[in-house]
Amino acid sequence: MSATTTAPKPGSTALPAFRPSMKVPLSLGILALIALVFFGFLGPDQTAEMKISDAGDAVAVPALMIPGQVGGVVLGILLLAMAAYSIYLWTQGERSPKWLPIAFAVVFVFALLVWIVAGARQPSISLAGLVAGSVTLAVPLVFGSLSGVLCERVGVVNIAIEGQLLGGAFTAALVATMTGSPYIGLIAAAAAGAAVSMVLAVFSIKYLVNQIIVGVVLNVLVSGLTGFLYGTLMVPNKEQFNTPGRLDILPIPLLSDIPIIGPILFEQSIAGYLMYIAVAVVWFGLFKTRWGLRVRAVGEHPQAADTLGINVNATRFRNVTLGGAIAGIGGAVFTLVTIDSFTKDISGGRGFIALAALIFGRWNPIGAFLASLLFGFAYNLQSILGIIGTPVPSQFMAMLPYLVTIFAVAGLVGKSRPPAASGIPYVKG
Amino acid sequence: MTENDQSKSEPTPALPAEDQSTADLRAADVSLDTAGGMLEPSIVPVSSQSGDSGQQQGSLIRRIVMGNGFVSVLAVIVALFLGGLLIASTDAQVAKTAGYLFARPTDFLSALWSAMTESYAALFQGAVFNPREGFKPLLETMTVATPLICAGLGVALAFRAGLFNIGAQGQIIISATLAAYVGFTWHLPFGLHLLVVIIMGVLGGAFWGAIVGILKARTGAHEVIVTIMLNYVALFLLDFLLNTPAFRRPGDNSPISPRLDESATYPVLIPGSRLHLGFLVAIALTYGVWWLLNRSTIGFEFRAVGANPVAARTAGVKVSRATILVMAMAGALAAFGGVAQVAGTEKVLTGGVAAQIGFDAITVALLGRSTPWGTFFAGLLFGAFRAGAVQMQIQTGTPIDIVLVVQSLIVLFIAAPPLIRSIFRLEPKKKNKTPKAAPKAALVNASGGAK
Repeated sequence: MSATTTAPKPGSTALPAFRPSMKVPLSLGILALIALVFFGFLGPDQTAEMKISDAGDAVAVPALMIPGQVGGVVLGILLLAMAAYSIYLWTQGERSPKWLPIAFAVVFVFALLVWIVAGARQPSISLAGLVAGSVTLAVPLVFGSLSGVLCERVGVVNIAIEGQLLGGAFTAALVATMTGSPYIGLIAAAAAGAAVSMVLAVFSIKYLVNQIIVGVVLNVLVSGLTGFLYGTLMVPNKEQFNTPGRLDILPIPLLSDIPIIGPILFEQSIAGYLMYIAVAVVWFGLFKTRWGLRVRAVGEHPQAADTLGINVNATRFRNVTLGGAIAGIGGAVFTLVTIDSFTKDISGGRGFIALAALIFGRWNPIGAFLASLLFGFAYNLQSILGIIGTPVPSQFMAMLPYLVTIFAVAGLVGKSRPPAASGIPYVKG
Repeated sequence: MTENDQSKSEPTPALPAEDQSTADLRAADVSLDTAGGMLEPSIVPVSSQSGDSGQQQGSLIRRIVMGNGFVSVLAVIVALFLGGLLIASTDAQVAKTAGYLFARPTDFLSALWSAMTESYAALFQGAVFNPREGFKPLLETMTVATPLICAGLGVALAFRAGLFNIGAQGQIIISATLAAYVGFTWHLPFGLHLLVVIIMGVLGGAFWGAIVGILKARTGAHEVIVTIMLNYVALFLLDFLLNTPAFRRPGDNSPISPRLDESATYPVLIPGSRLHLGFLVAIALTYGVWWLLNRSTIGFEFRAVGANPVAARTAGVKVSRATILVMAMAGALAAFGGVAQVAGTEKVLTGGVAAQIGFDAITVALLGRSTPWGTFFAGLLFGAFRAGAVQMQIQTGTPIDIVLVVQSLIVLFIAAPPLIRSIFRLEPKKKNKTPKAAPKAALVNASGGAK
């Protein structure tokens, strides 16, 4: 992470003017006050029950019982303390450490959860189920945002994540049904995602068409193609073309019995495991290897990279293709894991949420992963809200990722800065 | 031919790499703000600046062949052809005759031809003319085109100022919501009511657009991201509102608003059709945008900012003010589309009031090369696709989604003039073959990787 944020500031001359970036302390302070007042003092007086282990689990852990108002106040004070620490650091002329906003976010989300659950008609929720569901929903987002990271790091804006996910989802369903093997479907999905990405690459790198235009148009194209083929092939012959079956869940013995963490980490389909591997590999690749250095150089300063003998456009082409393949796998999750058939526009705008996660995660694989989890959580909460019956309209929960992203790009929550050459075609001068 | 073409397309891509010291800044501005290198020549086309374009040289035929308009026509033809192939590829008769292709190739070809033409004939009958109803479908096309034109103008105007407005969808939703609310809750006299409905809708759209402009001007937030996100915010906001009693019909739980008052709707122009006054408004808006861009100071500033923000700033244009203003205007234009939907075509507010209009508007503006009248005719064309596709689906069973495919292919081809020129060998270069093969192969892969 450090590599991303330190890189853009050559020399320290600009620092003094920069340093009083009071946005982080200020926004933390405001959020903490909101939490204290709304979740604490004005909080609901029911007790929220959060079940940690399910009835059938090997290890039984008692449920967390948190009284709404008291819990809100305690958590609010905790948040206030963190904000105060950040403000203290600011007065000392230092930046807040990286972990602080993340820790703050976690506590804030927990306070929000307590507030929501304690205010519900039925103040009980399965924490394990909530977290596991969030991860499941986040899997396509993670793949999508990783695709975005790979593309943007190399200087190509990937608005076509949605199209790559959709193409992957469709192809996975089709191929898995025709071959009878979801695993072949998974591979075909990667190929389809890569193919969509290659169109993006050809048009934006070779023909220098604006990358955003190509991305937008590709989304429409893939939506049209899959919708058309769905209507002509899959609807009339569902048995033949649209019954892919599911990827098996492969629990790792013993480890999968650990409460909360077990199901998330060790009871996944192959796509779920692939996700963790992909995040780690992309992070390591980008920041710890020679390949990653070159990729980032191309994304930040293509002229310099070219001068040093890196083939800028070839690097871009490869990365964009790779990104598409990863997003394609993410798309396969819709049709091979979440549900076992394709429907029209099954990705339903997740590609744009992945884009948001990528920005919120500051173009960093791990950041994108965490942001995807957060957005997956928001998705999951939205559906659970409907079940337990809360005063908060689910639509506002659904809006949250998008609003958060607007705040993020507007620099109200930290500063998000894309790779310098992102979106700019490179023409060898 | 070659020279002419080079003079048109070569300079811009070469720009970013020329000057080392300012290259970064300029490249960033050029491509972020004027849609990256390639679009520059087409975004600010000579032909649209004023009536006469005397600078162009060469014979008339060469100018037509090399001109953007001709490329657009070719792009439409190629896209329709590829769409036809797609339709044919899923046609049962074509598959059957393909089985004995080598025995009797004529069967295959005629099956191919009939599969392609049947769908398009149905499309044409649904969009322009059919023996039963005469030109009545054309009126429907104009009706469907109205919001497309308005929203397309919004996208095009922002484009000319170097801003990528993907937010037409959200702007339509917000304006339609406000306009509809005023339309069914306030009960005002005839004439005044419609005026208030339009004003409220337009203010809503302008506000939604201005948010983007303000964020862009004040914080540098990229308008593409902000507009995409605001689209979803608007969508969920509408969904929420439609589930509140204020927006529902009394005693009805389904998310549909009451019908707008008669006094709040655009009068129907031709009895027996849905064509309403909104279409004339769209024509007026097209003229207005043309006037704004080509005859007014502020339009000149917009174009200056779009062509080169740094130079514009140096020349004394307030870039941030222009950014906010142009986004507000773009929002207002899209808002006319929203108003046309609720006060003209649909007359009620539903969750799907904006349908795909905001996204189609982007392709409309691109096809129209961001010129007002180009956008107008592109809107008519896509309106025809939309209107005809319904008929096509009923008659031949071809899914409506084929329209999306054709639409996006058109824009892809138009966005890359070298591609279309190389397909038709309009420029005798030796590199002709390669660009043709690569993207087509990729497109085929994308269509279904599996087969």
